[in-house]
Amino acid sequence: MNDLVLSGGNIVTEDGVVEADVRIADGTIVEIGSALEASTLVECDGAWIGPGFVDLHTHLREPGQEWKEDIESGSAAAAAGGYSAVIAMPNTDPAIDAGHLARFVADRGRSVGLVDVVPAGAVSMARAGEQLAHIDELWDAGVRIFTDDGDAVADAALLRQAMDYLAGRGGVIAQHAVDPDLAAGGFMHEGAVSSRLGMYAIPSQAEDTVIARDIQLVELTGARYHVQHVSTAGAVAMVAAAKAAGLAVTAEVTPHHLAFDDTAVAATDPNYKMMPPLRSSDDRDALRQGLVDGTIDAVATDHAPHAAHEKDVPFEHAPNGIIGLEWAAAVVNTVTPLDPVAFYSRMSVTPAEIAQLPDHGRWVAVGNPAHLAVFDPDHRWTPGRTVSRSGNTPYLGMPLTGRVIATVYRGTVTARDGAPSMLTT
Amino acid sequence: MNHFLTTEGVSREELTALLDDADTFVEVLGRPIPKVPALRGKTVATMFFEPSTRTKLSFEKAAKALSADTMSFSPGNSSLSKGESLKDTVLTIEAMGTDAMVVRHKATGAPWRVAEWVDQPVLNAGDGAHQHPTQALLDALTIRRRFGTLDGLRIGIVGDVRHSRVARSDVFAFSTLGAEVTMIAPRTLLPINGDGWPAAATENFDDVLSELDVVYLLRVQAERGGASVFPSLSEYTNRYGMTRERFSRLKPDTVVLHPGPMNRGVEIAAEVADDERSLILEQVANGVAVRMAVLFRLMGGEHDE
Repeated sequence: MNDLVLSGGNIVTEDGVVEADVRIADGTIVEIGSALEASTLVECDGAWIGPGFVDLHTHLREPGQEWKEDIESGSAAAAAGGYSAVIAMPNTDPAIDAGHLARFVADRGRSVGLVDVVPAGAVSMARAGEQLAHIDELWDAGVRIFTDDGDAVADAALLRQAMDYLAGRGGVIAQHAVDPDLAAGGFMHEGAVSSRLGMYAIPSQAEDTVIARDIQLVELTGARYHVQHVSTAGAVAMVAAAKAAGLAVTAEVTPHHLAFDDTAVAATDPNYKMMPPLRSSDDRDALRQGLVDGTIDAVATDHAPHAAHEKDVPFEHAPNGIIGLEWAAAVVNTVTPLDPVAFYSRMSVTPAEIAQLPDHGRWVAVGNPAHLAVFDPDHRWTPGRTVSRSGNTPYLGMPLTGRVIATVYRGTVTARDGAPSMLTT
Repeated sequence: MNHFLTTEGVSREELTALLDDADTFVEVLGRPIPKVPALRGKTVATMFFEPSTRTKLSFEKAAKALSADTMSFSPGNSSLSKGESLKDTVLTIEAMGTDAMVVRHKATGAPWRVAEWVDQPVLNAGDGAHQHPTQALLDALTIRRRFGTLDGLRIGIVGDVRHSRVARSDVFAFSTLGAEVTMIAPRTLLPINGDGWPAAATENFDDVLSELDVVYLLRVQAERGGASVFPSLSEYTNRYGMTRERFSRLKPDTVVLHPGPMNRGVEIAAEVADDERSLILEQVANGVAVRMAVLFRLMGGEHDE
């Protein structure tokens, strides 16, 4: 029989951690016990065994910008990072604003076969912010998250229409909450560092004003609303208040906004340029607290590949974003250590709920689909390479604590110790 | 010192040593043959990715006075307009055999990028609104030659501090050299966040006018900052211009500096600009000497480290 045992790990369920082996066959968890045997054995040495990670925010760049990344290289990076599903952002070329485009992305993901590639759809045609995208077609193609990511849906009337259109069936509007007018011309967070650098900058209010307005529209429409890459203390407070008021508001934070603050920009290294920008240490601390207390539901990478020549330019000329799929779990564990239940909740269970992926984010239990991330929280290492097509990241060379030692997707090991299986075979 | 990119964090000893060298070069420039052979056989590339007249000419004069050869790059009909990256442009020019690069660029931090890419000294001739460190040296030299020291002097920097690389360089250099610096401007032109700036700030010029030893007037930069940062030029002049009336209220030995180019009748009255207590042309002359000092320091090879 062709089966697999994860041996000697600590399985994570919503009740906590239990030392046990996990046996997997036909893509399903079939047995939990001790001293299990199988045709393939993965030694876990006390690492956590939990549900495979789900990334709500991945840029795979296909179609249209394959020199940065494609669905194959991005899937490999996701597998290396412990992911079993990624939500592919629709700001490709063309934008994912119609059903056939979403099907293309999902099909490409299936043919690569390392991770479920779940397309998000654009809110507006060509992400131009003017008229609604083909929302019904997208829905029928499996899209549940709608976003013009890369740009905010700035027009309140259009956003209200999209919310109204989707509210009845539970679709999620995910907002890139950056006011285009307040952010215009800015390259980094407005604060002491931008002041000394003389760099045009983006105040925190560029984010906060958008979220404040959008929450009003959530009250009006009853839609599900998700704040992408929160970066400010004000945003965390507003999300907490909206949740307390019973609104269907969720939020994600990136590893880089947890790890760094705007002082990292002082040397004008383009690997610290992203949107929203790295903010103050007070904001960073509020994000960490929000992730710990659950105000922030999910860690999302905002994995944003750019070719070397695009980033090796003056800071102001560089495109926004860094890659992070391979190190997200390690970075979170390094800068905001969570207990194992909270860790897998933010990395897998809750993002899977937000994305409405019933096969993902399931606690380790017999009968559940075998999407698993084996994570050793004590492993100290320094990333030295990437399997992504691009290398734009500050994490290469950065000492980290915690490492994904194996990823299981549909019952198959897709990566070991950061190496996707297709590269090891 | 491998590069000269900023005044922030440069020690008093280093600044003083450069000013001491610059004093020597002021003397050299006053000789009948104002030239020394210090950098004979070396090549200095001046690479101004943003238009400049005085700074570029000043660097070229400084290099030639040290007997270096010069090469210049300007973006007009260059490879940049054909889509070449800054990195490739810089590496191409380095491959021709240069020994130092003087870089001006409108993007903050660009000279730091260049310094990472090339294997030779880089001098920042102005990056965005960030730094223009040789300007600060020439300003400090001009003040020191007048007063003997900057220690204890009260220096007011008036105008668009927020968008000024000159102000950023001056604030750090002047305060490191012992001066007490006050930034004077409407709030729309003061730093958005003053944390880490070794300077006081006020919106009221007339409050501090009579206490200043040096009034440093910044150029009103209509082309920077976009939308309205003050209501009108005449209202700016009324509150912050060095008018004849304000000039008359200065202490008798107070001097006026300006980095140029001046807007006569806006930030400075024509009569003030031409007064003997205006040191603006001395600043220009001293600019050549301080740039000689920096080139000599970075390229001379006759010092330790």
